[in-house]
Amino acid sequence: MTEVTRKRPEFRNINAFSDLTTYRMPAAAWVSILHRASGGLMFLLLPLIVWLFDTSLSSEISFARFTSAFSAGVGFVPSWLFKLVVLAIIWAYLHHLLAGVRHVYMDATHKASKAFGKSTALATMVLGVGLTVVLGAKLFGLY
Amino acid sequence: MAVNFGTQRVTPGAHFGTRDWLAQRITATLLTLFTLLVIAAVVFSSGPIGYESWAAIFAPQWMKALTLAVFVSLGYHVWVGMRNIWMDYVKPPGIRLGLHVFTIVWLVACMGWAVQVLWRI
Repeated sequence: MTEVTRKRPEFRNINAFSDLTTYRMPAAAWVSILHRASGGLMFLLLPLIVWLFDTSLSSEISFARFTSAFSAGVGFVPSWLFKLVVLAIIWAYLHHLLAGVRHVYMDATHKASKAFGKSTALATMVLGVGLTVVLGAKLFGLY
Repeated sequence: MAVNFGTQRVTPGAHFGTRDWLAQRITATLLTLFTLLVIAAVVFSSGPIGYESWAAIFAPQWMKALTLAVFVSLGYHVWVGMRNIWMDYVKPPGIRLGLHVFTIVWLVACMGWAVQVLWRI
């Protein structure tokens, strides 16, 4: 027979602006919340991602529309804004992937020490942003 | 006999959500491997990167089938993840149910579109 768990205290009076902003988050906490935020962002931008998939693959003509979105913009969206949104997707994907690998590795090996958590969290964020900068420079034609 | 359903249900903490937890990691592994596969296919494609070489990657039937499996994995992965987000932050059952329905419709619609693209190549 299972025991009825003790009622845990609830804190419903956390103010998003006056309380959340005062939290001092360690590196692992940042990786965690950014993992969630990047996932949510990609969920919301999913139609754009499918649009990129569609136009890049369907035909030569649609491929031309795909490339012109990056060079001349699409509809009312100027090319710089379009590229900025794509850059956000690139970062979100990289961060989500790297943080996910870290997550699965920790689950599989039970490596959960404070030091390991901190160093891998920093590596995740640095690598995610670093690769985004490298790919972003290519995206904006710096090389 | 103690009531063990509805709001009175006792949650001992074992095997609740284990299946989703495991599915989340298995689909994540599949998505990671697929990402590496597509990157490798682009890197090792012959000739300049353009429409021909890009479309050629998704042309074989086995790649279409694999990509479909990855889309389904992605759908499940995103469903578990988004459901977690709604369950953590949205407490009123009505709004939460609405967001769950929105999530499913959004995902299924996007997946249908992506599958159509896949077999157009």
